[in-house]
Amino acid sequence: MSLGPAEVKTIAHLARLAIDEDLIPEYAKNLSGILAFVEQMNAVDTQGVEPMAHPMEAVQRLRPDQVTETNQREHFQRIAPATEAGLYLVPRVIE
Amino acid sequence: MHDKTIAELAAALKAGEFSAVELTESLLARIEARNGELNALITVTPEQALAAAKAADAARAKGEAGPLAGIPIAHKDIFCTEGVRTSCGSKMLDNFIAPYDATVVTRMKEAGLVMLGKTNMDEFAMGSSNETSYYGPARNPWDLERVPGGSSGGSAAAVAARLVPGVTGTDTGGSIRQPAALCGISGLKPTYGRVSRYGMIAYASSLDQGGPMARTAEDLALLLNVMAGFDPKDSTSIDHVVPDYTEQLAASIKGLKIGLPKEYFGEGLDAEVGKVIEAAIDEFRRLGAEVKEVSLPNSKLSVPAYYVIAPAEASSNLSRYDGVRFGYRCDSPRDLEDLYKRSRGEGFGAEVKRRILVGTYALSAGYYDAYYRKAQQVRRLVRDDFIKALNEVDVLLGPTTPDVAFRLGEKGDDPVQMYLSDVYTIALNLAGLPGMSIPAGFAKGLPVGLQLIGRDFDEARLLNVAHKFQQATDWHAACPKGFE
Repeated sequence: MSLGPAEVKTIAHLARLAIDEDLIPEYAKNLSGILAFVEQMNAVDTQGVEPMAHPMEAVQRLRPDQVTETNQREHFQRIAPATEAGLYLVPRVIE
Repeated sequence: MHDKTIAELAAALKAGEFSAVELTESLLARIEARNGELNALITVTPEQALAAAKAADAARAKGEAGPLAGIPIAHKDIFCTEGVRTSCGSKMLDNFIAPYDATVVTRMKEAGLVMLGKTNMDEFAMGSSNETSYYGPARNPWDLERVPGGSSGGSAAAVAARLVPGVTGTDTGGSIRQPAALCGISGLKPTYGRVSRYGMIAYASSLDQGGPMARTAEDLALLLNVMAGFDPKDSTSIDHVVPDYTEQLAASIKGLKIGLPKEYFGEGLDAEVGKVIEAAIDEFRRLGAEVKEVSLPNSKLSVPAYYVIAPAEASSNLSRYDGVRFGYRCDSPRDLEDLYKRSRGEGFGAEVKRRILVGTYALSAGYYDAYYRKAQQVRRLVRDDFIKALNEVDVLLGPTTPDVAFRLGEKGDDPVQMYLSDVYTIALNLAGLPGMSIPAGFAKGLPVGLQLIGRDFDEARLLNVAHKFQQATDWHAACPKGFE
């Protein structure tokens, strides 16, 4: 699969990633190269092979539904770019 | 003191030959003098180090010191360290002072190890040369114009240059083993789930695994004793008995069955590197091991499968960096979408962006089956190959990398060329199995790494095999010129 500039822009939007306009052709070339490379996988027939998500087939553990953490809001918000009254600040969303 | 191994330092501290404070001061001075040319550490923490060293000396005076109390360590800058910048090699986290410790860091603190600082790495562990670091590349002490490998490049360079006797690393596709090989040190990637991932910044969660890097297998065993074990805070941690990894080290390997995957000795392997590995195989024969050829027929598909699975998981994991709660935020965002897009666009480097884009594409509607599902199917074939081979033999052996350390900038333009430098290491992460790299000699004047691969949770056997080799050879003791 070869990607063109328009497709790169669409994917970048899906990933919420700003990319300089003049670099788009280079990304298109590199991404097309990577996709061509990974398509070597198609050399093997995987019909009927169960996809593997975890090497030891382990599943997510569940824990009892109990409160185990203390509230550390101030501690964690100390490293935030902008907060006010315990809330994270972002540009106005609703006029 | 800097030329001693962890085992030697532990014995000297116990015997009172010098104190932990003296050792820490000596290594901090060496880092101050020599780190500039290597860029191996990107943060040095002298105050915390001296406080921890004093505490270790006090514990020893009271008879309460553990075996590794006072031993200096540096953490790859992917492990969260409370109150200390944890950058993951990225502009995105350049201002991130971690609010908590990773479990690996907590365990090491509790064992009395002394953190000297944080080591350089490829941005978000995405790279094989340390060149994608926001802080500039670390350099290989064997030749400053060459890369130390990656992503744990700063960790490997720091140990090889005797700035610190042991470090932590992480390995998603070879990021412990490949830099260990290129810098002439020893490194172990444990079984997936063996070492807690809590507080270890996520790249590809189903592949990431932390592990120790040091000069000898014995030192790796001592560090793994501290690092390994179940952690309820990591949902993929596996509750499996943790042996004392030093116990089996000296056991005889007479009759050990070693398998040589024929795919690791074919086209693409540098001839001189191949000769070094052949000589190491002869050494194992002299130690009484039986050697036979095995096959991993799907191994050539592991790099393509990895470059779907890892970017897919990365695109999901890295969506948390949005400029809102922590990390980099762009100046004067116009609106929320602009805040997200520019914070991420300006905060991430080119290789991270490439992998996010590949992963986003592979997971997008209409392409999921062709890429992600297909890669997970290939992943099963890759693991099945290993399981079959490891039913015939006890361990697998081969080169860690196809060639010795390459020059800075040598693989700059084409990402796929860089990806192929991990051709012998990546399959193991897909399979979840433990593996290690140990020094096996020199080609073109540069270190060659020998890779050992074991069954699930068979780290003790790998360490035993490596230790026996290191007792019979002295490649692991070689020191880069100028760093004696």
